[in-house]
Amino acid sequence: MMRLSWFNVTSLTLGFAFLYLPMVILIIYSFNESKLVTVWAGFSTKWYGELLRNEAFLDAAWVTIKVAVLSSTFATVLGTMAAYVLVRGGRFLGRTVFSGMIYAPLVMPEVITGLSLLLLFIGIGLDRGVITIVLAHTTFSMCYVSVVVSSRLMTFDRSLEEAALDLGCSSFDAFRLVTLPIIAPAVISGWLLAFTLSLDDLVIASFTAGPAATTLPIKIFSAVRLGVSPEINALSTIMIGIVTIGVISASLVSKRNSLRQQREEQAAARAA
Amino acid sequence: MTQTVFAPWDDPNEKPLIRFQNVTKRFGAFTAIDDLTLDIFEREFFALLGPSGCGKTTMMRMLAGFETPSAGTIELAGQDIAAVPPNKRAVNMMFQSYALFPHLSVYDNIAFGLRRDNMPKADLDARVAEMLKLTRLEKFARRKPHQISGGQRQRVALARSLAKAPKLLLLDEPLGALDAKLRQATQFELMDIQEKTGTTFVIVTHDQEEAMTVASRVAVMDEGRVMQVATPERIYEAPDSVYVADFIGDVNIVSGTARPAGDGMFHVSWADGAAPFAAASERVFSDGQACHLAIRPEKIAISEERPPGADNAVTGKVLDIAYLGNLSTYHVELPGGQIIKAQTANTRRISRRSFTWEDPVWVSWTATAGVLLDQ
Repeated sequence: MMRLSWFNVTSLTLGFAFLYLPMVILIIYSFNESKLVTVWAGFSTKWYGELLRNEAFLDAAWVTIKVAVLSSTFATVLGTMAAYVLVRGGRFLGRTVFSGMIYAPLVMPEVITGLSLLLLFIGIGLDRGVITIVLAHTTFSMCYVSVVVSSRLMTFDRSLEEAALDLGCSSFDAFRLVTLPIIAPAVISGWLLAFTLSLDDLVIASFTAGPAATTLPIKIFSAVRLGVSPEINALSTIMIGIVTIGVISASLVSKRNSLRQQREEQAAARAA
Repeated sequence: MTQTVFAPWDDPNEKPLIRFQNVTKRFGAFTAIDDLTLDIFEREFFALLGPSGCGKTTMMRMLAGFETPSAGTIELAGQDIAAVPPNKRAVNMMFQSYALFPHLSVYDNIAFGLRRDNMPKADLDARVAEMLKLTRLEKFARRKPHQISGGQRQRVALARSLAKAPKLLLLDEPLGALDAKLRQATQFELMDIQEKTGTTFVIVTHDQEEAMTVASRVAVMDEGRVMQVATPERIYEAPDSVYVADFIGDVNIVSGTARPAGDGMFHVSWADGAAPFAAASERVFSDGQACHLAIRPEKIAISEERPPGADNAVTGKVLDIAYLGNLSTYHVELPGGQIIKAQTANTRRISRRSFTWEDPVWVSWTATAGVLLDQ
């Protein structure tokens, strides 16, 4: 093991403190007995109990999950299709314009996206609720999916699709039986990205949410304006926990798979 | 008993399986295939040989249906195939990268094409088993492509492309990814399988040794044109252009002017003041016509004294010796600066070599050793 120099130790400590100190403080205070967020009054889990009894928060959480699942699924289908056409479609008229336009929402300020969607929904007379948030989230997260999927498609060996055609597949069968299974990891990570983006979003949701449906970020944001309550600390801690478990298990699974693949390849090479 | 020689190209009544007629393929301003006409016959093992960028892969992709000709027609068994999409052609291809489906087992890779034809389960099992046996992969049926070695992957790719019993099998640099030893073994295996299945094979390669080993006929290509189509022996011994002579194997080219000496003999003046070389030629040259004499190094003898009765003999000095183990190639510089390569087989173990650097030697060859070419 290489020993770290004092400079590296310092920069590592500073960097991680910068990233994680706020979260650590939040987690500690979520177990605070006192109602006052800044005063420590002993360990307690009572705010977690309070949270579970808070109907408004639970409703918002349910809406958020529903919106995230629906919008990331739609975004994945649309984004994958867009990526496939842009990478594989060859040179068609306006291809450059299309590929530029698909990435534009990535750099577009969210406020503008949110406002324009709001104007559209009012214009066509669509009542704001779960449907409008799903539509809005699908719109902006499909760009992210298409970026992830098209970067995978760029490195995809085209002769695999040609082999499928050569063996008697129609283009659609070649996509369904060969391309899709192979790019599945990228499609899944696109879905996960869209899912987190949707969970996370405050700005666009606040433009497109109606009184009938509120997402968790909106709920937290409006609650915080009345003062930070320990309940919100507890809620945030739960969310941090979920995200941490998700990230760690995903990386463990992918690490295990790549190790297994490596082992099998070595075994095959030795047996040859 | 006379053995019948497989040579459908010499039989005017034989119908070709594939017929390229004045085929041109352009990619934008670049012409990949230039007005090409070529016949390939059933059961042939046909090699398209040429440097990279000569258009050989484009020809193969047109046969598979991935490219369409810009002009001209390609016929397969008498039918124009321009409008037939790749998935409807009785042609299968083995890809250079093998293009094995990584998510499917060896068995499912081989069964892939058969399943597209909705072959009944029992027939499918039997056919896949037959293919596994043919390529000696029975033990690996359940493995995924990353769990087998490169040579085994190559055989899976071959089995998969043969499974549908195509009329024509295309092989795109099929042995390029294998190491030299395995490649040689696989070349013979390919010939064996081709003979067993009776399928017409068209192989694309840039490796001339490979083309010479496996093919019944070789087409040497350059810049979108076919330079010569002939059996490996004729390509080697009777090339019809300097390009072909130079591309296949090692060759000495002596340029000069021809003078007919009667009876199919010509005298080639190659340097001022030097005696002309005598060369027999079927091709007729007029007096003073520019010509190139191509002689393979192994047909040139090297000796200390002038060999008595040699048709052509010149003196020079040894410039370089390339020792290849089984052979030695001597580079001999003639007085005019022309370098002649002479090759000798090392039939005895080398304890004392007759010639060394700077030695004066004689190189000699017969009048029929070389080929006289006009271009």
